Amino acid sequence: MIKLVGVTKTLGGQAVLRGVDLVIPPGKVTTIIGRSGEGKSVLLKHMIGLMQPDQGEVWVDGTDISRLRGHALNEIRKRFAMLFQGAALFDSLTVFENVAFPLREKLRLKGPDVDRRVEEKLEQVGLSGMGHKFPAELSGGMRKRVGLARALVMEPEIILFDEPTTGLDPLMAKSIHDLITGMQRKLGFTAVMVSHEIPEIFGISDYVAMLKDGRIALMAEPRAFQRTDDPDIREFISVGGTVSWPAVDQAG
Amino acid sequence: MVMMLEQLGRWVLNLVSEMGRMLIFVLSAFAWLVRPPLRVAQIVKQVHFIGYKSMFVVVLTAAFTGMVLALQGYYTLRKFGSEGLLGSAVALSMIRELGPVLAALMVTARAGSAMTAEIGIMRITEQIDALDTMAVNPLQYLIAPKLVAGLIGVPLLVAIFDVVGIYGGHLVGVELLGVNAGSYWNSIESAVEWKDVYGGILKSVSFGLIVSWICTYKGFYTKMSAEGLGTATTEAVVLSSVLILIWDYFLTSVLL
Repeated sequence: MIKLVGVTKTLGGQAVLRGVDLVIPPGKVTTIIGRSGEGKSVLLKHMIGLMQPDQGEVWVDGTDISRLRGHALNEIRKRFAMLFQGAALFDSLTVFENVAFPLREKLRLKGPDVDRRVEEKLEQVGLSGMGHKFPAELSGGMRKRVGLARALVMEPEIILFDEPTTGLDPLMAKSIHDLITGMQRKLGFTAVMVSHEIPEIFGISDYVAMLKDGRIALMAEPRAFQRTDDPDIREFISVGGTVSWPAVDQAG
Repeated sequence: MVMMLEQLGRWVLNLVSEMGRMLIFVLSAFAWLVRPPLRVAQIVKQVHFIGYKSMFVVVLTAAFTGMVLALQGYYTLRKFGSEGLLGSAVALSMIRELGPVLAALMVTARAGSAMTAEIGIMRITEQIDALDTMAVNPLQYLIAPKLVAGLIGVPLLVAIFDVVGIYGGHLVGVELLGVNAGSYWNSIESAVEWKDVYGGILKSVSFGLIVSWICTYKGFYTKMSAEGLGTATTEAVVLSSVLILIWDYFLTSVLL
């Protein structure tokens, strides 16, 4: 379980996070929504120790990682994977080498073990036979899928997704969402996603957290967003389009 | 007056803070270098990039530097009837000063700027963050091999620079201007001492460190924009070049 307690962060003289309290349930898909520039990606980076809070604590299963450095932090990071907004593939490596990278670096695997696991993941994301290509030769959607394969290949306990579908056409976005949710249901990892894809995320998330004015304004199951009285939240989710609430909630 | 002092104080504090950060950066990178896994493949790749891929420009610069030195030296020495000393003039200039300084400046322009741009782009596109999330230390994976490659590559390039420059001097002095070949090579043999060679090696090693240190540092801490990357690359080249010249003066004053 990831738990943030009173996390504050100021960047360039501007207070981005002003006391975030958030609990990410294990084995579920939690999506963080909010306006652009609210600090959603900053929040995500705190969860994996890429940023340290000015104040507050970031707990990962009983360990406060906000004060950890070096080897101790790396040990915690071995339980994580992250899909970055631009996929963050290594330009100088092929698709195969990118996906194999964490296996070779983290697990020190070599040879057929690496080949098998990489081919398997590339097949799962629909990129079989593309291993020899370089990232520069791929489209945006393909890069995201390679990033997804790289995140999944270690079969980590927690995967952070930073706007996994931004800049993609609706069909490609749906395909990426289906891949993420399908893999999550199959492998059971904890997924934390930052997304602007409203209304789609209400259909695929177990929990949604709305970041507003540097704090979590609401963290609940999707149906709770349907009932909220907060005018800002209502406006935010209504402009995204018609929300398709989970069937169980419609009935309820 | 108070405002001026405030500005001066702020500038000094920023300078001291930046220097401290640079020192911690390079010491941390060397500390990570000795921890397993030893990244031999990365080091070899970087030596190839800094050394082998800079050879063309270094050889070209060296040849013309040696040639122009011989040309200038010949007409100066002829006034005193000492054309026979042309070889020693060219060789000492190349080995003591021009070889290390010009080769390091060429490496800065070709490989140093590319290093800053490469690391800067990796920073902007979150590739360095991606390394961190995979529990791979970027200082160990990215920076340390480049520092080592600078320490190995630049001295090798300087050695090539010296040899090519001396042959360039031979081409102009002996083949074109008619200086006796025996005088040219004998004067080199009698004038150049081991301490000149050691001095050149010491300079080239320290210049190699300066180039790779400054250029990787500027790339690593680039601002997250295209403009920031451009500024970082310019600063890396300018700062490396200036530091090479300043450090050269200090080393020369100690070595002489």
